[in-house]
Parts: sequence; C-alpha cells; structure tokens
Amino acid sequence: MNAVEHRPSNENGVVLTPAQAKARRQRNIAIGLAVALLCALFYAVTIAKLGSAVLKGGG
Amino acid sequence: MSDVTAIAQREAGFGAAGLTGGAPADYVSLLKPRVMSLVILTALAGLVAAPTHVHPVIGFAALLAISVGAGASGALNMWYDRDIDAVMSRTRARAIPSGRIAPREALAFGLTLSAFAVFTLGVVTNWLAAGLLAFTIFFYAVVYTMWLKRWTPQNIVIGGAAGAFPPMIGWAAATGSVGLESVALFSIIFFWTPPHFWALALFKSGDYGRAGVPMMPNVKGARRTRLEIFLYSLLLVPVCVSPWAIGFEGRVYGALALVSGLVMLWFAFAVWRDADGRDNDKAAKQLFAYSILHLFLLFGFIVIEHAVLQPLGVAS
Repeated sequence: MNAVEHRPSNENGVVLTPAQAKARRQRNIAIGLAVALLCALFYAVTIAKLGSAVLKGGG
Repeated sequence: MSDVTAIAQREAGFGAAGLTGGAPADYVSLLKPRVMSLVILTALAGLVAAPTHVHPVIGFAALLAISVGAGASGALNMWYDRDIDAVMSRTRARAIPSGRIAPREALAFGLTLSAFAVFTLGVVTNWLAAGLLAFTIFFYAVVYTMWLKRWTPQNIVIGGAAGAFPPMIGWAAATGSVGLESVALFSIIFFWTPPHFWALALFKSGDYGRAGVPMMPNVKGARRTRLEIFLYSLLLVPVCVSPWAIGFEGRVYGALALVSGLVMLWFAFAVWRDADGRDNDKAAKQLFAYSILHLFLLFGFIVIEHAVLQPLGVAS
C-alpha cells in the first residue's frame, strides 16, 4: 500500500492525496495546540513554584 | 499473502515517501488510553496519599508527565510488537498493523514523548521521580516488550512491575523519597497483574499461540494457569489489605480491600474449578472484568479518601 504519488522529476515534489493532506493539517493543528498547552503549563508551574517569593523580591 | 509479508510490503511503501495518513487520534491510540486511565488513577493515588502537600498545578503537571511517559512506553511497545499485533484479533486494528502510522513514526513519537515526560517530571518535581519514570519506560519497552514477552511464560509476572510503578512515582514526586506506603501500593498492582492477564490469556490463548507469545496457558497449559491464577489471587488479598495493616489507610479501606479481595478470590476459585472452560471461558471473562473493577475500587477509594474526605475532616 503506497498511497503517496511519488514523482522525483516533479518540481512540486511529493503530492499528497486529499486524505493525507487533511491528516497533515489535523496533525499540525494538534502539534500547535500541544505546544501552546505546554507553554501555558510551564508558565503556570513557574508561577506556582516561585509563588509569593517573586512579589516579595526573594529568591 | 501472510500478515507478516503484508506488513513488510507496507513498510517498504512507507519508505518510498515517508508519509502516512495518520490522524491525531491514531497517535493518541498509540498511547493506549485505557491503560493510561489506570496509570492516571494509581499515580494520583500515590500523589495525594503522600504526607507532603503538593500544589495543585505541580500535581497536575506531574500527573500529566507520568501519564504521557506511560503512554510513550505504550507507543514503543506497539512499535516493537507490530509483527505480532498484526496476527492477533485483539490488536490487528491498531494504528501500525493497519497501516495508519509508519513504524518509524511511532518509534520517533514514543522516544520524543518519553524524553519530554521524564524531563518535565524532573524539572517540575524532582529527579528521583523522573528517574523512576525513566526506569519504568525502559522496563516496559525493553525488559518486558523486547526481552521477557517472547521468551518466558513468566513475562507478565516480572513485566508487571512496569505497571506497578506509577503510584510509587506519584509518591516520589510529592515526597522526594520512596516510602513503605508506596511499596505497598506498588505490591497491590504487582500481585494483581498475573491473575488479571492470565484470565485474559485463557480466553485469548489462540491469539497468543498464533503470535508465538509464550503466555502461561500456551506453555504450561490451562489447568496450571487456573491454579496459578487462584494462588496469586489468594496472595493478593493480604497484599491489598496491607495499607491498612501498616497504618497507612483506615478501617473503611481495610474492609473494602478485604471484601473486594475476597470477591476476586471467589471469581478466581471459579476459574480454577472450571477446568473445561465452559461457556467460552465465562469464568475467566468474569474474573478479568472484576479484576479491573477491583483495582479501580481500591485506588479510587484512596484518592477520594485523601483528596476529598480527609480535607473535609471526615475520618475513615
């Protein structure tokens, strides 16, 4: 099963089937959301770990 | 064309362009979500039962890291076991054997998530917990999947340790140490695993036989398996009660563990006595189903007791 149309001489490179293009778009969205959530998580953890020490000027 | 040949041809196809049509849901399925739910519950039990208060945000991040780490080891397991998954009815629809995800994508996915999970847990909590998580992933993916599973009928006895670590990791994340209490929680899952999986193996022995996996029923026979299921279930009763015996859990937990443990023992007794596997191994199926409920009951109670009842001042 090789659903990918492989054209080495084609200047457009690999041409995706509609299903593959849709899956790739969904994967991109999922990765974007995961990275955004990871950033939010690390931000929240940083605030939780530092706590009020930051506001008081302590370490 | 054999399943193995079909897989080899499919993998050759992946190599041509390196692209598959895997959707996000296929990648999530690599993490074995149902196993993850058990990991989340047991790790949460270790986390909330620990005597150290954990900030909710830190606790959530730790739980997420432990869950993702466990899921990543599941992805590595599916990557390595893709050949036998293709010949077992229970697993042939998985993302790799069905061609939705290429093996090397699953491998990269598992390794990346493993590294992220261990690093995150180390940074967020402590490196003892992160080290235990890394060891758990290694134990499940390498010791169990690559070595024990295809070599010995004791595969799930020893390999069961991988599934037993999450409450210990949760405890370590909260306290920075490994206490007797977390060993008790570890032991419950460790001794629960053989009767649980051997019950499954009894009514799926044909599957495992076709795949060449030396599960107990295929190697030692159904009669010996039924006896060992009963013996492990017998041993499991005092192990489940042990958190009460060492003063870590209250009387209500002790009573629940005793009653539920005896119910599971009753189902195991029925499996032992049912030498012929009547009604398509109905007894084994009942034991398998109840064993899941048993574990959810015990760890669910520990979570509710420590996270809800004790903060409200309700003694048990």
